[in-house]
Amino acid sequence: MSLVARHLEENGIPTVVYSVARDITERAFTPRAVFTNYPLGNPCGRPRDPENQRAILRTGLRLLEQAAAPGTLVETPYVWSDGRDWMRLIFSDEQPFLTPEAEAQRQAELERARQQKLARRQAGD
Amino acid sequence: MEPATDVLNATDFVRYIDKTRAYYRHAGYVRDYRWAEFNDGPFTPLRKPVAESRVMLVSTASLVMLDEQGRPIEPPRVIGTNELEVFPVPSDLPVERLRSVSVDHDRVQTDMTDVDAYFPLTRLRELVAAGEIGSLAGEALRLLPNYSHRKVLQVDAPEVLRRAREQEVDAVLLSPV
Repeated sequence: MSLVARHLEENGIPTVVYSVARDITERAFTPRAVFTNYPLGNPCGRPRDPENQRAILRTGLRLLEQAAAPGTLVETPYVWSDGRDWMRLIFSDEQPFLTPEAEAQRQAELERARQQKLARRQAGD
Repeated sequence: MEPATDVLNATDFVRYIDKTRAYYRHAGYVRDYRWAEFNDGPFTPLRKPVAESRVMLVSTASLVMLDEQGRPIEPPRVIGTNELEVFPVPSDLPVERLRSVSVDHDRVQTDMTDVDAYFPLTRLRELVAAGEIGSLAGEALRLLPNYSHRKVLQVDAPEVLRRAREQEVDAVLLSPV
């Protein structure tokens, strides 16, 4: 997503990326980013918490107006939960990222996509 | 150039790059994914206040649109099946007409049933109504999460730019999922 943001900025359109993955966002030198330390899936706020969602969105809107240089990242102060186990468990043996069913389905889809691509190539498309 | 990060407020955070590398190596993947890496970048200042700007939402959230009875009106999109993987959603669509088909989230912590947590059309419409945002582009955009930098840079990003220009957008909000 940071690549898209960079492309837009290169071509004259300001951007802000709402991120829950600080290391990925910083590595890409994302032009403007709002980081919230929430689990993957909720970059724009806590589910069923409109006030929190508004606050996070507004942080990005302010950043659009106030950032002075590329690579500006602001961190929101919100905390996902009392415990921090979710930070340890994501991408761990204890908690596989995909369920076995989802993993099997993903592999099947990727294989189907590979076959289609191959077929298009062979058709000289 | 160093990122202008507010290090004083920095809390701990998940090192996804390190964690996913270890995780997928352990799962038997031979090649590590190479995350985009830059030490400088482009920047365009906002030309007018947000309250006067037209804003577009762009997300990699995997969503399908539903009809009024809650039935999908399009197939779930799959990475790599289409040359062009940018799909618009009318920005006035009620979020109840969108359903997540994502598997790219923390499935234990969150279930993606509140679309506004990652595709915040309701919140953005409220901010427009409150005068905090000038207007929304007619379309919000969905991209498929894509692991090919070449594809993103040569196909997806130019398509997002084309649509943003077509709708005379002043700023783009991006929500990666």
